[in-house]
Amino acid sequence: MPFIPHSEHDISKMLSTIGVDSIDDLFDEIPDNLRCGELGKIPSGMNEMEVSRLLRDKAAQDGLPLCFLGAGAYEHHIPAAVWEITTRGEFYSAYTPYQAEASQGTLQLLYEFQSMMASLMAMDVSNASLYDGASALAEAVLMAVRANKKSKSRKILMPLTINPVYRSVTEAIVKNQAIELIDVPYDAETGKTDLNALQHYVDEDVAALVIPQPNFFGVIDDVDALTQWADENGALSIAVVNPMAMALLKPPGEWAESGVDIVCGEGQPLGVPLASGGPYFGFMCCKQKHVRQMPGRIIGRTTDLDGKEGFTLTLQAREQHIRRSKATSNICTNQGLLVTAATIYMSLLGPEGLKKVALNSHKNTQLLIKRLTTIKGVGVAFGSATFHEYVLTVDTNTKQLIETLAEKNHILAGFDMSVSCPELGNALLVCATETRTEEDIEQFASVLDTYLNS
Amino acid sequence: MSNTPDDRKYADSHEWALLESDGNIRVGITDHAQELLGDLVFVELPEIGQKLVQADECSVVESVKAASDIYSPVTGEIVAINNDLEDSPEAINDSPYEDGWIFVIKPEDASELDNLLDAESYQNLTEDE
Repeated sequence: MPFIPHSEHDISKMLSTIGVDSIDDLFDEIPDNLRCGELGKIPSGMNEMEVSRLLRDKAAQDGLPLCFLGAGAYEHHIPAAVWEITTRGEFYSAYTPYQAEASQGTLQLLYEFQSMMASLMAMDVSNASLYDGASALAEAVLMAVRANKKSKSRKILMPLTINPVYRSVTEAIVKNQAIELIDVPYDAETGKTDLNALQHYVDEDVAALVIPQPNFFGVIDDVDALTQWADENGALSIAVVNPMAMALLKPPGEWAESGVDIVCGEGQPLGVPLASGGPYFGFMCCKQKHVRQMPGRIIGRTTDLDGKEGFTLTLQAREQHIRRSKATSNICTNQGLLVTAATIYMSLLGPEGLKKVALNSHKNTQLLIKRLTTIKGVGVAFGSATFHEYVLTVDTNTKQLIETLAEKNHILAGFDMSVSCPELGNALLVCATETRTEEDIEQFASVLDTYLNS
Repeated sequence: MSNTPDDRKYADSHEWALLESDGNIRVGITDHAQELLGDLVFVELPEIGQKLVQADECSVVESVKAASDIYSPVTGEIVAINNDLEDSPEAINDSPYEDGWIFVIKPEDASELDNLLDAESYQNLTEDE
């Protein structure tokens, strides 16, 4: 249904009421050099029918490719009930409501989400979500600098095994706050974060160490040793994890002696469909002692005057409407609708269901690697255990390979590693979730074999 | 009307500073400040050994309706903190000038206290607010 805010008549009436000739006059304080001028490249308007047709045609261009691409966003099966329930009128909003306590259902759902995330990560506290995985890491870095009272430093050890997109987003957000991100190399044999390289920083004051699990190469990292290093060197530990992997692997709350300080990551694998550019959602959990430094909204359970259970926003003194410029976060926009989907997804699957998805994704990826490496010209980049992704080396230009398979065979062959890690040569990050079948893998293998060897 | 004992000095940011016999300075927030804040729920204490310049932020008191920074009344080093406040922040409401102290600072130059207000001036300031 078209939404028409006000007519020409309304506008002229309002302008004459305040004694102004035109809307442009309202903006005459803005200097000319700051105005963007004519939007010459914006075409003239289209009607609803034309727009629907245009978007339908554009959507069809994606086709339905067979996806072996991951690199941060993953194709998992989403039960039909998830979005059927999520898009009910009672839930259908992207935001935590402004009159929060009037919406007890939404608050209860967010409280359940927090409980599930805290349980999955084995952490004390979860917030009600953040914008996405990459900005959640940036928020975690800012939080660590605030929370580490023993450290005067604004240095963060940031392994090269962290998703390159997360690293660049984090840098963009924190660099003008005098926070220094120091690269930590990886071991070329194993693809794990290089523990030995950390020894250079033993005598340095470091605010935090970022620890991926699995890391960007899909490799299962030495998280206990890394967490212990942070503990012993006065640095806070920030885990960046795939939530699905945590159904199978040891959760960050149990790494080393007493778990990590902060956990963050991308929530998309939990019931959110793939879409270029999102919307996805970030999550964050922490130890109880750091909760006052945590960004984002937190929902609490309480009892009302009549002794009945109720849900409420809590610890709001961290937030911008109270703390103004000293708030622990000024990106409190959360992704309420996606969190709703994730909560329903996790409820429907339960801990056992999540574990099955994780296990089948792991198994299919092992099968994929085994099959693809029988092809002449395909090898593995590292000799380590993985979750559901892995780096393969190929004897051909990776970019061309990916483009050709996508166009000719409707197969998304993986992520081109030569862009972010040129030192790996022609390398491809591949992924097979529980949605890939043996036939899918066989199809990919035969197409790849033909491409490379005939 | 709030209580303002005249044995100590006051900052216009609502901290009190009491010079003790060992030359250190005990710091807390005033009765007036705790009344404005309402029920305190959390105090973020400074660290022992932390070095501060006069008017540095060094602590946060959080009530059900606001969170406020506490500023050091003098330049010096933190030598004691009131750990009891971690479990009972309400001590600041109940006893702002005694049990509700927040930290003790060893001043570099105790004469900095002369820059602060005496009880009468502070009282006048709060009445003007």
